[in-house]
Amino acid sequence: MTEIRGHKGVGEHVRGPALVAADNFSARYDLDRERGIFSRPAHELYGQSYVGKILVLNAAKGGVATSWMLAEMAARGMAPLALLLNYANPIMAQAAAFSGIALIDRFDGDITQTIATGDQVEVDPTQGLVRVCSSRDRESGD
Amino acid sequence: MRLNDVERRMLAGELGAPRRWAIAQQIAVGEFFDAEDFVEVRQVHICADTEALGPSGVAFLEQMAGAPAHERRVLAPTVTDPRGADVARAARIRQPEWIVELERRAADALAALGMLLTNTCINYQSVLPPVRGEHLAFGDTGSVIYANSVCGARSNYEGGPAALAAALTGRVPRYGFHLDACRRGSRRYRIVDPPRGLSDWGALGALIGREQESYWQVPVVEAGNAGALNSDQLKHFGAAMASYGSTAMYQICGVTPEAPDADPNARATALGHADIDAFYASFAPVGEVLDVVVFAAPQLSLLELQSLAALLQGARVAGHTALLVATSPEIRHAADRMGFTATIERAGGVVLEGVCFYQMHARVLAEANGWRTLMTNSAKLVNIVAGYGYQPVLAPMARCVESALAGRIRQ
Repeated sequence: MTEIRGHKGVGEHVRGPALVAADNFSARYDLDRERGIFSRPAHELYGQSYVGKILVLNAAKGGVATSWMLAEMAARGMAPLALLLNYANPIMAQAAAFSGIALIDRFDGDITQTIATGDQVEVDPTQGLVRVCSSRDRESGD
Repeated sequence: MRLNDVERRMLAGELGAPRRWAIAQQIAVGEFFDAEDFVEVRQVHICADTEALGPSGVAFLEQMAGAPAHERRVLAPTVTDPRGADVARAARIRQPEWIVELERRAADALAALGMLLTNTCINYQSVLPPVRGEHLAFGDTGSVIYANSVCGARSNYEGGPAALAAALTGRVPRYGFHLDACRRGSRRYRIVDPPRGLSDWGALGALIGREQESYWQVPVVEAGNAGALNSDQLKHFGAAMASYGSTAMYQICGVTPEAPDADPNARATALGHADIDAFYASFAPVGEVLDVVVFAAPQLSLLELQSLAALLQGARVAGHTALLVATSPEIRHAADRMGFTATIERAGGVVLEGVCFYQMHARVLAEANGWRTLMTNSAKLVNIVAGYGYQPVLAPMARCVESALAGRIRQ
């Protein structure tokens, strides 16, 4: 099991599958929140579902609406489980505090290179700790 | 975080449930960013459009608004960002009734909290301009970057729930752009050709913004070749930079109080017409037929409305093309008095007040009106609407108008 340390985060302790890209994040710009998919054609995760995933991305990008939107998505059961970013901005922190969705940032290394899509990940915001419980490679016997 | 007596009483619930909720939220965010204490704010600006809020957000506001008056009234003057619908004109652009009804409920709740329903993202132009050193809790990325960069005031991005919390406590956690250490310049840029209009300023903001790695970078800009600057230029420049970069502050030499002097010998990334033109070209149209032209994001100033009215004087927008304009209620009333609204509407345009295009359920609008191709002079808007299913083209205002009259995208 790999442990990755970041800054102390906010939100609930969760576990789930990772969805990873070396791209950035804004709820208003990037998502079709009704369908639960990335809808911005230029995004690396275009067309993919983020519902119930531990989203692992580089940095928060433009827009203040994400803080209402994440809570609204959570109320409909259409939210990601957690956000792991290299750099959050205040909007992401406020969104996590408001919605309860877990958020950790400022890791020792580039988090988008440390975790792979499909990894089972445990997120402990109070400790600022991420555990990679099983990687996709090991599960497939590689 | 260090709390004073008032803050401790808020946290203990002695000042009511809304303020207890608010300060607990703020402590969580403050600790996330290692804030040591709070700082009182002189003005709050809140984004609470119904598209962002959704039904659950509106219900949350109504719950807050249901508290006793002494527990729910804001402790700092609070103005609102654009709404999700212009109730008087929603039918003209086929906004469904459920959006209008949600909007009415949200507006009632915001008013019950003691907020001023200014419904504008250009509050720094049209309501109460920030002053140097003033601590603020602004809630639109464009208003924050303008306050920090042009006025020398101090604000972080305060998203809707955070701006609501700031309004209820009258303070914010002291981190980020409230601190001198965070306001220092990083990478330097030099504008080498004079921008040819507002959309050039937006393109420059976008080019700089997208190079910034995070919220914590403060680009330094030398714009000596651009001549004297005005508020609309810096509005488009900053709004685009914030949109493309999550950038809350730039320093522009000769304008920003903290900015260093321009230094022709300092290493800087040069930006000129070739870079701007390449940026325009990246939004090349896929087809010719033009569905909608939008002037918004940020809302238009009175001077922009005057320019637009001059371009549309005696003209007629093509029958299959819509032309929408968004401004604040105050500026709309001024434009009414001066005849700009009548000129724009005689030409077939719709002048909306208190809204902005991307905050008024843009995806629903696309479906209801069959809109796909969109032309605008706002670099911020082209960045946002692609995710809503539009195919956007960026062009100067005059070319957007020519295209609207022709009903086809003119290159």
